[in-house]
Amino acid sequence: MSDLRDLYQEVIFDHNRHPRNFGALANANRHAQGFNRLCGDRLTLHLKVQDGIIQDVRFEGSGCAISTASASLMTEALKGKTEAEANALFEGFHHMVTEGGETSVNLGKLAVLAGVSEFPARVKCATLAWHTMNAALHDHQDPVSTE
Amino acid sequence: MRDVSAWREQFPILKRKVHGKPLVYLDNAATTQKPQSVLQVERHYYEHLNANIHRGVHALSQEATDAFEGARDKVRQFLNAKHTEEIIFTRGATEAINLVAQSWGRSEVRAGDEILVSEMEHHANIVPWQMLCEATGATLKVIPIDERGGLVPGAVESLMGERTRLVAITQVSNALGTVNPLGDIIRLARAAGALVLVDGAQAVAHMPVDVTALDCDFYVFSGHKLYGPTGIGVLYGKRALLNKMPPWQGGGDMIAEVTFRKTTYNQLPYKFEAGTPHIAGAIGLGAAVDFVRSVGLEKIAEHEDHLLQQATRLAAQMEGMRLVGTMPGKASILSFVLEGVHPHDIGTILDSEGVAIRTGHHCAMPVMDHYCLPATARASFAMYNTTDEVEVLFEALHRVKEMFLI
Ligand SMILES: Cc1ncc(COP(=O)(O)O)c(C=O)c1O
Repeated sequence: MSDLRDLYQEVIFDHNRHPRNFGALANANRHAQGFNRLCGDRLTLHLKVQDGIIQDVRFEGSGCAISTASASLMTEALKGKTEAEANALFEGFHHMVTEGGETSVNLGKLAVLAGVSEFPARVKCATLAWHTMNAALHDHQDPVSTE
Repeated sequence: MRDVSAWREQFPILKRKVHGKPLVYLDNAATTQKPQSVLQVERHYYEHLNANIHRGVHALSQEATDAFEGARDKVRQFLNAKHTEEIIFTRGATEAINLVAQSWGRSEVRAGDEILVSEMEHHANIVPWQMLCEATGATLKVIPIDERGGLVPGAVESLMGERTRLVAITQVSNALGTVNPLGDIIRLARAAGALVLVDGAQAVAHMPVDVTALDCDFYVFSGHKLYGPTGIGVLYGKRALLNKMPPWQGGGDMIAEVTFRKTTYNQLPYKFEAGTPHIAGAIGLGAAVDFVRSVGLEKIAEHEDHLLQQATRLAAQMEGMRLVGTMPGKASILSFVLEGVHPHDIGTILDSEGVAIRTGHHCAMPVMDHYCLPATARASFAMYNTTDEVEVLFEALHRVKEMFLI
């Protein structure tokens, strides 16, 4: 196994302790719920999308450090993005945590989660928020699960 | 005298390293490791005896049949059942419960009848009864648990009624470690005319079991939690009951005669063992039973309790650690949460130290709901664990707290 510190970077602890964009979102127009059956984590995502642009995004729920930090970092990354850009980020992020190595998309700060690819048991934690975002943008009503 | 190092010697896997550290295997409630003797008989079976059973006239078939049936009798002795044909081989505890729910349940249970389970059951002892209730119109009633993880006193009495047909209850809770007062429950069920199925999955490796003294109607367990192979388990049932129950799967071995007009069924135990069974698994389970009996379950229980007391003491000294399941007389299961750290993170960090524990809902989601927790971390001890390993567990937990600054 690679070093634990590759997985648990300071930024991750910071976002776990102080999640950004946490809570309900008044006048949100897209919502979705995510559920990680393996560990019982639940997450609700609220988005405000206008003219194809994500104006605002917040999340609620509780989870492990990886899933909380991932959700927090995701909300920061998504603000102001078009839906197409959000989809591209999702693809890039997914590639980074499952395959590892270079991605064609610039992931910016999200790259702190690259270490997840060395911990296959934790990929679902890192991707829960992203799958939920995907469901919210595509208006899926059923809670998504990471299975 | 306990000689843990001699016991450990029997388990080859305990010599391996994980992430460069010696393996500290504390996930025994999920499955136990296998001693040399179990590995050897399985290998011996495939190298020397392999043949299908109950059907060949040739030497190998006869020898394989003898070994398979010999294992059945070992299990009979292990549970102190009266008759060898009361021991049915299944894939595991789960399949054994499903067998009873399907065979006994579908033929005996009517709309308005009631099945009692407890709030601490494993999903394997909930879902088959829910399916039965759905199919028959019966009602599932739940014996609640209290804050310590014991059955609420008096609850069994007040829930047991004229319509109660069966109580399905675990002997030991896999999520809490609670040991249930089976004697009282069985007496109450008798008085109400209800049957009792005991889920012994977490009990058989930790305490001597005597189904005749218990006077339960059904008892189930899995070989793999008793130092035996996966894919093999046991249903014990009282002979008179099993004889009355219809078969649940059809196929070879379970029949006496087949014509297109009518098929007659084989006698016990074969009536419930359709198809070629897990022959090597059953023989391996026989060896596991021999192993456990040769060490002695009293000695094993005493050693495991020693480890649990040590762990409980260290847990009390650790700030922010809370035990989930605190009944007196618990089995060697330490379920816990650490304030400010999700169990999943605990699991990953402990793994990096070579310490294997379970994190999650332990297939007992109602227990998690009861405590309003998404998950717990669980260390569960077996005969081969040592006091040093308990120390390593707590050193690793201190590392978790350091990393998370709590
Ligand atoms: C109390 C209890 N019952 C039933 C089972 C199911 O056992 P198996 O999966 O081997 O059928 C388990 C396994 O975790 C258990 O702990």
